[in-house]
Amino acid sequence: MIHRILALATAVTLGTAVLAEEMKLAVTTSFENSGLADVLLPAIKEDLGLDVQLLVVGTGQALRLGQAGDVDAILVHSRTAEEAFVAEGYGTHRREIMYNDFVFIGPAGDPAGIAVAGSAAEALQRISAAEPAFVSRGDESGTHKKERALWAEAGLSPETFGAWYREVGAGMGASLNTAAGLDAYILADRASWLNFGNPAGLALLYSGAPALFNQYAFLAVNPERHSHVRHDLAVQLEGWLTSRRAADLINGYTINGETLFIFNAGPE
Amino acid sequence: MVSSILPLTLTDVAVRRRGKTLLGPVDLSLEATGLTIIIGPNGSGKTTLLRAMHGVERLSTGAVRWSVPDEQAQHRQAYVFQTPIMLRRSVADNLRYPLQLLRLPRAEIGARVADWLARIGLEERASLQATRLSGGEKQRLAIARALIRRPDVLFLDEPCANLDGASTRAIEALLQAALDEKTRIIMTTHDLGQARRLASDAIFMLHGVVHEAGSAARFFGAPCTEELEAFFRGDIIA
Amino acid sequence: MNDIYDGLLSAFWLVVTLDADLLEISLRSLQVSLTALVIASAIALPLGTLLAIRRFRYRRLTISLLNALMGLPPVVVGLLVYILLSRSGPLGVLGLLFTPTAMIIAQVIIITPLIASITHQAMRELWAEYHDLLISLNTSGWQRIRTLIWDGRRNLLTASLAGFGRAIGEVGAIMIVGGNIDNATRVLTTAIALETGKGDFALALALGFVLIALAIGINVAIHWLSRTEREGRW
Ligand SMILES: Nc1ncnc2c1ncn2[C@@H]1O[C@H](COP(=O)(O)OP(=O)(O)OP(=O)(O)O)[C@@H](O)[C@H]1O
Ligand SMILES: [Mg+2]
Repeated sequence: MIHRILALATAVTLGTAVLAEEMKLAVTTSFENSGLADVLLPAIKEDLGLDVQLLVVGTGQALRLGQAGDVDAILVHSRTAEEAFVAEGYGTHRREIMYNDFVFIGPAGDPAGIAVAGSAAEALQRISAAEPAFVSRGDESGTHKKERALWAEAGLSPETFGAWYREVGAGMGASLNTAAGLDAYILADRASWLNFGNPAGLALLYSGAPALFNQYAFLAVNPERHSHVRHDLAVQLEGWLTSRRAADLINGYTINGETLFIFNAGPE
Repeated sequence: MVSSILPLTLTDVAVRRRGKTLLGPVDLSLEATGLTIIIGPNGSGKTTLLRAMHGVERLSTGAVRWSVPDEQAQHRQAYVFQTPIMLRRSVADNLRYPLQLLRLPRAEIGARVADWLARIGLEERASLQATRLSGGEKQRLAIARALIRRPDVLFLDEPCANLDGASTRAIEALLQAALDEKTRIIMTTHDLGQARRLASDAIFMLHGVVHEAGSAARFFGAPCTEELEAFFRGDIIA
Repeated sequence: MNDIYDGLLSAFWLVVTLDADLLEISLRSLQVSLTALVIASAIALPLGTLLAIRRFRYRRLTISLLNALMGLPPVVVGLLVYILLSRSGPLGVLGLLFTPTAMIIAQVIIITPLIASITHQAMRELWAEYHDLLISLNTSGWQRIRTLIWDGRRNLLTASLAGFGRAIGEVGAIMIVGGNIDNATRVLTTAIALETGKGDFALALALGFVLIALAIGINVAIHWLSRTEREGRW
């Protein structure tokens, strides 16, 4: 019997083979959830013959992975953290690729009345006044950092909030699930929201303010720090992501007829 | 047959567990032929004595000696336990097992197993899981498994306990056949009739020591001690 | 209720259409967990048996350690393996992080104590039963181990299957060390976590049903292969 199990195990083990060039790219949950990767990766494979393996994590972990040299490049959206990453020598440089925007989601009835707010800060002030359930990512992700920056702009600090403010420490999708379950307000990126399959009683209540724009940047891990990283592949990928072809794919990507990302990579 | 591993000599043998003396001190010598019966009340140390002789009981003092080095002697004894131990395999595989350990040729193993299956009347149960046998069948299988290696010395611990008359007869016949082939047998029993039928000499155990021993005729005909006399009468012994 | 119905329905369609992604993910799940199972069994079965029959100095300590390790939360194992295998960790040069090998390592660590512990329990009973006979028959240490493993094979199978069940259903550790990379380290459990995250409960459930079916299927298949079901005394 042992023989049979061994034979079966070997057969299964040998079943998968590796062919193309591979690199690892850490991306944020919000990027993955947007579905854009499903469009870009096949095109990259086609143009460069490159298999980009995505590690879908929060911005905090993506930066850690880059620091440790466990990935070859990262694609995140948290400017201050990215600049620190480059300043400390973990990345060679920061290259802006595209942006999308954040939106406020909440119960369709909008008990806090944020739909008529004049700015993102005002929307948050209304929420803190009404104290409806509010779900925060709480995972040091780009979205979480953005949310905290917005609270600061509104002159409020979440540490002082009561039980209505819930940090769930989860990815975008999981947090949206929680918000749907609690009928709570939440800050989400537009792509994740449009792709979210379980909106329950939630609706998009406020969006469009410039403060809500969300810049994505590509950072190749510094080969001087980690000699084993595939810097050559990272450079190739950066070249592709800033090319005309990428621009067309990114600008042309829509969900339910809505454009999600705007390509804004400048020449080097 | 190579020179016999007997006589067996026990000098100052004692077994103590948790400060309690279970056996001894025992000084004893067993000659080369015959069938020795060990009798005595429950808990008097019969099993312990038998196990000590076989070398599976750790001795607190004293020594058990055969006429050949221990290593050699161990390979030429077999033991049937008070509660038969069945391997979780078929009846035939139980018989095969001791021979496989010796790495005998396949053909010889097959022949001996077939022979013994017939002798104990379990041919039809050959492929049955041994643990499913009846008590009497288990005893017969355990004896066959002990004898299949053709040991010089066979120890049996109450081989006929809980068996009916017919099963007891069947087992006694097996033992008689083994005796005829010059196997030295040492066994315990609570069946005084069986003791009288089989014994060439006998030992009476009481409170962990050999209280009386002698040839069968003298032992059963004219017991020397009051306690043995009382035991034959079925009295409770203090 | 509706979710469960949708889940069943999409599971059914995924299976009957032999969905390519599903097939790949399921095969990878099997590959990782079966490899981990084989390695863990090769370590744990002899170890558990040895612990049952040999008395050596650190035996008690080893047994307590095993029992303690059995309760290790998988995420903690995942985290430790992650730190070890990270490029900046002690074993970083191997470059194993975010590969199926890393997942196998984590699963081996998770299930070896479990298998060894169950083996030890079962073998201790069997050894108590066989002890006198095997001593009396003058068996060597190796012969004893072989006899116990052979006659206790059904218990060992149960121990291994318990390990397999734990391995194939595990998500915390392999998510951390595997990274849930599409086409590389995504397995059924991490895919379920991902789909749940996206709010796609039907697909998540469908994958869940496939996982359950796979676990049951393997159990039945192994029992059938070993054919211990037909005879045996239980
Ligand atoms: N490991 C042990 N620790 C303490 N006492 C023990 C141990 N093993 C056996 N005994 C005791 O030793 C005594 C002798 O046991 P033994 O089995 O030799 O008796 P026996 O004469 O064979 O009895 P029976 O006729 O009931 O089989 C018994 O009282 C038993 O309870
Ligand atoms: Mg006894």
